[in-house]
Amino acid sequence: MLEKMIFGRFIPGDSFIHRLDARAKLIFVFLFIMVVFIANNWITYGILLLFTFLIIKLSKIKLYFLINGLKPVVFLIIFTFLLHLFFTREGPIILDWKFIKIYEEGLKQGIFISIRFTVLVVLTSILTLTTTPISITDALEVLLNPLKKWKLPVHELALMMSISLRFIPTLMDETDKIMKAQMARGSDMTTGSMKERMNAIVPLLIPLFVSAFKRAEDLATAMEVRGYKGGEGRTRYRKLEWAFRDTLILLTLVVLAAILVYFRN
Amino acid sequence: MEREIISLQEVTFTYAEEETSIRPAIQNVSYTINEGEWVAIVGHNGSGKSTLARLMNGLLFPQTGTVRIFGEPLNEHNLWDTRSKMGMVFQNPDNQFVGATVQDDVAFALENNGIPFEEMVERVHASLVKVNMSDYMNSEPHHLSGGQKQRVAIAGAIALQPRILLLDEATSMLDPQGREEVLQTVHELRKETDLTVISITHDLEEALLADRVIVMNQGEKYAAGSPHEIFERGQELIDLGLDLPFAMNMSRLLRAQGVPLVADHMSEEELVNDLWTSHFNK
Amino acid sequence: MDISLQQVSYSYAKDTPFEKRALYDVDLLIPSGSYQAIIGHTGSGKSTVLQHLNALLKPTGGAIRIGGTEVVAGKKNKKLREIRQKVGIVFQFPEHQLFDETVVKDIMFGPMNFGVPEEEARKRAIELVRLLGLPEEVLEKSPFDLSGGQMRRVAIAGVLAMNPEVLVLDEPTAGLDPRGRKEIMDLFYRLHKEKGLTTVLVTHSMEDAARYADRIAIMHNGRCVLQGIPQEIFSNEDRLMDYRLELPQSIKFQKKLEEMMNKKFPSLCLTEETLAEELARLVKKEREI
Repeated sequence: MLEKMIFGRFIPGDSFIHRLDARAKLIFVFLFIMVVFIANNWITYGILLLFTFLIIKLSKIKLYFLINGLKPVVFLIIFTFLLHLFFTREGPIILDWKFIKIYEEGLKQGIFISIRFTVLVVLTSILTLTTTPISITDALEVLLNPLKKWKLPVHELALMMSISLRFIPTLMDETDKIMKAQMARGSDMTTGSMKERMNAIVPLLIPLFVSAFKRAEDLATAMEVRGYKGGEGRTRYRKLEWAFRDTLILLTLVVLAAILVYFRN
Repeated sequence: MEREIISLQEVTFTYAEEETSIRPAIQNVSYTINEGEWVAIVGHNGSGKSTLARLMNGLLFPQTGTVRIFGEPLNEHNLWDTRSKMGMVFQNPDNQFVGATVQDDVAFALENNGIPFEEMVERVHASLVKVNMSDYMNSEPHHLSGGQKQRVAIAGAIALQPRILLLDEATSMLDPQGREEVLQTVHELRKETDLTVISITHDLEEALLADRVIVMNQGEKYAAGSPHEIFERGQELIDLGLDLPFAMNMSRLLRAQGVPLVADHMSEEELVNDLWTSHFNK
Repeated sequence: MDISLQQVSYSYAKDTPFEKRALYDVDLLIPSGSYQAIIGHTGSGKSTVLQHLNALLKPTGGAIRIGGTEVVAGKKNKKLREIRQKVGIVFQFPEHQLFDETVVKDIMFGPMNFGVPEEEARKRAIELVRLLGLPEEVLEKSPFDLSGGQMRRVAIAGVLAMNPEVLVLDEPTAGLDPRGRKEIMDLFYRLHKEKGLTTVLVTHSMEDAARYADRIAIMHNGRCVLQGIPQEIFSNEDRLMDYRLELPQSIKFQKKLEEMMNKKFPSLCLTEETLAEELARLVKKEREI
């Protein structure tokens, strides 16, 4: 069961997008979220879709992964679409049946918002699919570094993140093992009433927590023995290298924004 | 000329200071380890051997007695400096693997000690070559076997070029193949440098590789000597909860069956020869 | 009850891009009342086979018959929970599954999940604690206050409390010291003999397989490559070497002796004790000549 969870997982590859610096990708997504709001008509949304499609192609990510990445939010997208469809009452009526009234503006807005949502989710998925979690953490650490002046423990947060990320697969394996051990003792999370199923979670969570605490303790000891005494005086092994293509991708975004501004209403 | 590198003098340590009914984890233990030696500290689970590891690198401080590393008593002031000259590998292969990938993990101690970037890259690579893991530089820990993870831990430990390598039950959680990989790696390492190795273990094969063995029992030092001297004690060790080498065990069993032997033998060849000359060569 | 695997195949993450084949057409028979060892390196598929024995995993090809129930690839099956009571699995490092407030409650967890009344479950818990060599005080303690060795025994008690007909052991001695290993293995052997408990031991140790098992199966790269009684398996040194497996120490030594004496022993000595006895007998014979 757990082996089927791939949402947000890194898929190795050597596409143009894969090779971009994680900082560039993070900044890109951050800015893109704002650029998306420039679009407000068919032309601009069409351009957005085209652009997204281009990025998908450049990333060489199989459609299978993107569709799986959309699955968790498809409900939300449909919900928002329907909200606009039925409750935005502007423009001419296009459907009038019993108590259901659908206005043209409602349909348009519904479609636009859905496109916006989809495009945002797809692009963020491409970020996580083409960038290792550790690179994202590194990029965040570098980008947020200035905030150290305001007492934000950037190094500690980044280290916490990177260690947590390293342990996710390990913890997932352990969850699987404990689940199987308890199932072998008759515990069943898949059948029974809500109360029974909730009770069946306890024999899974407690051993997980206990082992997590033990891990944390062992890890802290190991880190101390290996000389870790905080961020002061540490050097960095993993380096991020900014290349021309990173500047290029950000420029592309600027160009996109300009085009959208030109074509918007 | 043997030079002392670690010594414990009349060290006592207890985990529960207030509860006098529980015996101390370590009681009045003294021993010396010389530079370049491989010393195995063996004992049953609960004999105090792991506590000794923690006392030797300052994770714990004794209630009485002195722990001397590199000639100086270990204290809060020289702790970090001492640790940078000692590499330690723990029992659980996962719970000491900090880095996202193999090379990141090996670099961890180097980063902590402020080693400049170019030198880090060189040392990480060299260490991984020494433990035969350079093909796995970018591997993630959950794709590695226990033996591989422990070898990465060793690489991380030797990256700082320490004088001492402390293995705290580093093979206890491994399968036979993993154990062999790790022991082979340490064995090879010692050929190139005069690294002092202290291994805490209850594994027989590991103890046999050592120059000297210290036997712990119920928190006290029971015996010390060469592997041969220790395993000659035969039944005593079994009573202490330990294993005997195969030939030693066979010697013991044969004598119990009324088959006289010249001596209890450590090696199978010696035992075969003894049986031949004593009983079958007519 | 018998367990038999018929051409069982298994793939992890089937029908996803991460699909990975773990078992190929495995045929394996575990007769009722036998003590079977399954040997193989890490990655040989022995853990996957083990999880099929109580239907935690269902084959993606072939079928497995557990007692009267058949689990066939592709067909839905509703009676799987009953199997889990009849086939008890002690996983590796079983102390990791302990969770309840007290030892007695944790041991009672298994049987009560299968409908055993509280009184009876408690009785079993008390009896098992005694059987496993733990002091009675342990019952009301938190499992997390115990030593590692004690925790393992509590976990084993938790599986035995279900009164399974088949006991499956996944490397039960992992991480234990020599004395702990011997005590645990002897305990399981006693249970096997006294209660006729069908026992399946998944292990790396050729010595344990030789000492305790009456049938041995060898797994290699997802296939069951060799199956039979110890005498047969250990006569096949060349094949074992193909699978990177060695003979048990006692048999290796026996071969050295046979070479020295230029004479074969009447049979393979599966343990040090049997070897010593056999040697003593031969020495006496030699003296009489």
